[in-house]
Amino acid sequence: ISTLVLAEHEGGAIKPQSVSAVKAAKSLSNDNPISLLLAGSGSALHEAAANAASCDPSVSEVLVADSDEFSHPLAEPWKGGYSHVITASGSFGKNILPRAAALLDVSPITDVIEISDPHLFVRPIYAGNALCTVRYTGAGPCLLTVRSTSFPVPSILANSKSNEAPITQVDLSTFGEDSVGKSRYVKHTSQDTERPDLGNARVVVTGGRALKSAENFKMIEKLAEKLAAAVGATRAAVDAGYVPNDLQVGQTGKIVAPELYMAFGVSGAIQHLAGMRDSKVIVAVNKDAEAPIFQVADYGLVGDIFEVIPELLEKLPETK
Amino acid sequence: MKIMVAIKRVVDYAVKIRVKSDKSGVETQNVKMSMNPFCEIALEEALRIKEAGMASEVVAVTMGLKQCVDTLRTGLAMGADRGIHVETGGPLYPLSVAKLLRALVEVEKPGLLILGKQAIDDDCNQTGQMVAGLLNWPQGTFASKVVLDKEKQVVTVDREVDGGLETLCLDLPAVITTDLRLNQPRYATLPNIMKAKSKAIKKFSPEDLNVEIKSDIEEVQVTEPPKRKAGVILSSVDELIDKLKNEARVI
Repeated sequence: ISTLVLAEHEGGAIKPQSVSAVKAAKSLSNDNPISLLLAGSGSALHEAAANAASCDPSVSEVLVADSDEFSHPLAEPWKGGYSHVITASGSFGKNILPRAAALLDVSPITDVIEISDPHLFVRPIYAGNALCTVRYTGAGPCLLTVRSTSFPVPSILANSKSNEAPITQVDLSTFGEDSVGKSRYVKHTSQDTERPDLGNARVVVTGGRALKSAENFKMIEKLAEKLAAAVGATRAAVDAGYVPNDLQVGQTGKIVAPELYMAFGVSGAIQHLAGMRDSKVIVAVNKDAEAPIFQVADYGLVGDIFEVIPELLEKLPETK
Repeated sequence: MKIMVAIKRVVDYAVKIRVKSDKSGVETQNVKMSMNPFCEIALEEALRIKEAGMASEVVAVTMGLKQCVDTLRTGLAMGADRGIHVETGGPLYPLSVAKLLRALVEVEKPGLLILGKQAIDDDCNQTGQMVAGLLNWPQGTFASKVVLDKEKQVVTVDREVDGGLETLCLDLPAVITTDLRLNQPRYATLPNIMKAKSKAIKKFSPEDLNVEIKSDIEEVQVTEPPKRKAGVILSSVDELIDKLKNEARVI
């Protein structure tokens, strides 16, 4: 067994989701050399590589592919004959891994939440309403995307400079597909990023359709600010245009598992529950006592969100 | 230019699924089946491109059991010009679907292949990326906006990525997978449902397309997820703050 983790990086640091992917790699086997592959270009890439080298003591090697071309799916991970290739189930990993798998003629396994043995995995199907155990029986490498919420890492990364893995430059240009150049990056529009990232926040405050307007949704944002929390939304709230779509929590949006999940005016459709059911503590506030969200909430409050939220804003202690 | 759209027959999104007691899978007998919602969006987008005069024909394709023809008819009723059904027996995983799609692309030579980003049954989110890789075509996954430029033979795609939108420009032919907000699919009207009955559906077998259906994954069991038990209903904001502070210790 040997594993290649395809890592994401941003602003000179490896993303927390990718550290979760390393954690997942560790659970394959105790004796599992882990290589991290980072692709990109420029100095931020090399900073990220240095950061990645010390992100976890079990990382045995960091590979850096420095090229301007890496905005497009790469298909080279078989290099070095790894038994497993793992990446986090974000839009990055989900875009790339299946393509690489097809070129390797193997079936990838999406959204792994549990690794039972090196070839036996558990993944949710039907929006998490069933769990499927699958065995990989192929001869080629086993390609996985893992839910980072299922492989949590301590929020403070052990900065064990003493245990730094060697960083090696790799040239992947020889693996270039003919399709490189057929797609061009135009731009990236990102939402303001002052708040913590939804996928990794310790606290998430979510609003549903009951907020009634984008104006009212600002109450949710204020509350989130007070709790140093990320803001989430239901599909209904997103479709109604209250907030941008990258805040959507659910089967087809983000999957979150914070320590505290607070849902305001959220009814609890199964597609939404699929995105937050693994949260440690769930609080639900809804004026409909029959709302399904109360069946998964640890603490429920039946009441009008337009009264409860202002009261919370007033009474909640300031987060340090 | 022809557009090919892949559609999948799945358990209707509104059905509350039941895991079989012998853990062999999810009950699909006597359950309402529909077109995968993401596939509806894919088909809608293809139809809009055609209606805008940018494409000559929309071909809907599906794979799987005999009954998949019903879903294909729904696609024809929505407006697809004709259908292709690759009939297969057992379970079909994305890798096989991607290979069958590649073979069909070689037959039909579309300029654009549009698929839903994932099916709501297995939630795999793989087929589009896989067929793009096999065809060596550029891919625009999780699309929330698609703008075709017929002159330049390119398509500009806004993609829903973590933390925002990414815009890519792809040379045709290309693969696009659709996200929820790309469009609002139309309903099939009664006259169109009637018309769809006379539209052509061509049948293929995997052998016809020289694709061997094999699988390197095996479903061991399907189980119910652990149930979260309902907690307590509190009476006031003060009580909630107290619980969060002193019982759950999360604030």
